[in-house]
Amino acid sequence: MNYNWNWGIFWEQSPYGHGSGTYIDMLLHGLYWTLATSFSATVIALFLGVLIGTMRTMPNRWLRRLTNGYIEVFRNIPLLVQFFLWFFVVPELLPENSGTWLKTLPSAPFLTAVVCLGFFHSIRVAVMLSSGINSLSVGQKMAGYALGFTLPQTYRYVLLPMAFRVMLPPLGSECLNIIKNSAVALTIGLLELTASARAMSEFSFQIFEAFTAATIIYLFVNVTVLMLMRQLEKRVAVPGFIAGKSDANRNH
Amino acid sequence: MFGNFDFDVIQRSWVYLFTTGMAFTLKLTVLAMAGGILLGTLLAVMRLSSIRMIPAAAATYVNVIRAIPLVLVIFWFYFLVPYIGAWIIGSDQPIKVGAFMSSLITFTMFEAAYYCEIMRAGIQSIPRGQISAGLALGMTNSQTMINIILPQAFRNMLPVLLTQSIILFQDVSLVYVLSITDFVGAASKVAQRDGRMVEMYIFVAVVYFLMSFGLSLLVRRREKNTTVTS
Repeated sequence: MNYNWNWGIFWEQSPYGHGSGTYIDMLLHGLYWTLATSFSATVIALFLGVLIGTMRTMPNRWLRRLTNGYIEVFRNIPLLVQFFLWFFVVPELLPENSGTWLKTLPSAPFLTAVVCLGFFHSIRVAVMLSSGINSLSVGQKMAGYALGFTLPQTYRYVLLPMAFRVMLPPLGSECLNIIKNSAVALTIGLLELTASARAMSEFSFQIFEAFTAATIIYLFVNVTVLMLMRQLEKRVAVPGFIAGKSDANRNH
Repeated sequence: MFGNFDFDVIQRSWVYLFTTGMAFTLKLTVLAMAGGILLGTLLAVMRLSSIRMIPAAAATYVNVIRAIPLVLVIFWFYFLVPYIGAWIIGSDQPIKVGAFMSSLITFTMFEAAYYCEIMRAGIQSIPRGQISAGLALGMTNSQTMINIILPQAFRNMLPVLLTQSIILFQDVSLVYVLSITDFVGAASKVAQRDGRMVEMYIFVAVVYFLMSFGLSLLVRRREKNTTVTS
């Protein structure tokens, strides 16, 4: 193969405008934006997802239909098209003043990416939460009622705390999905990790070094998130239930 | 709200959008699905193999591909394929690979990792006794796998495989990053030429929604009919 490897490239000066940055600085800067975007999007996805997911399990039939419609809309449009909708279409549909204000914001790509990913992943959180609630035995809800709880109280003190624990493992892999999908934000001009690696390959012509570095960073982030989630699962486990099963066995 | 919108742009360009853009998207989806399921099944069999090193190699490939973003995988293969081609035919220079071929290889390799996990679950859902039965009938290992296990695994997993293919259909839009004229690429070219982003992207979203939603309804209906009754 006729390719000139140069692994020293990462410590060479990059022409990219961060003062005196090397290429590795450029990639780490990209990683910062990837993490910032993913984290903010996760917060939105959790908030919306819990809201929608709870509504989906309510006895009201119309609420259920409304949430199912919401889920189908966000599930059946490709993420890239959703990015374009949020970035190009939504500012035009707003009243003129706020539309122009949005378009001229310097951080528009970042904010758009956060909102878009937040909505896109909220449907998966919603599905996880509602199946988490449905996986609890009916007795739990009855017990709540029997103790004199109202419906909101039953959710707040009985159903949701258990459902959150049921949904923790799939939520961990959803966090990884958000990190992965944040790369699509490069299409609207967010300089996250993949975009930085792409820019590095264009400036330095060391294509494979740049992509190898980005791949390793993604793998490292993945492993870290998985380990953190496992720690969290252990900490919140209820003995005798689901993740707490092993603890219960140890006590015997 | 839609007062100053010009939906004529769609009427003027829909033939181009569908014959060039959607044709590319559908062709790539179907071929990558076929290739991905074949390669994915092979990877699944490798992951369950008892020969040393083979399961580890397959698992590493699947886990790495599943851990990095599709956009990065697209870039990887876009630049890597010409070099691999040159290495295979022993040429000094990276060979030229067309946009379609390059994206087909990318999506086949990428989706194979996801189809692999589905097929692996399918194979593991078949009772172990069936392998013993096949061997007892004098079949070889590969005959048992091909004639007995895989057809059942495939049938059990058909709804999941099809759902994954709808995701593939949506993922194909990401070839946009290579400036390829798929459905989204075609629409964005027209949108930029005519300055009609809003109308075009809403149209693209509606078309994708109708197609994906329609397909997922079909899958849900098929799901009831294909389940093997035991």
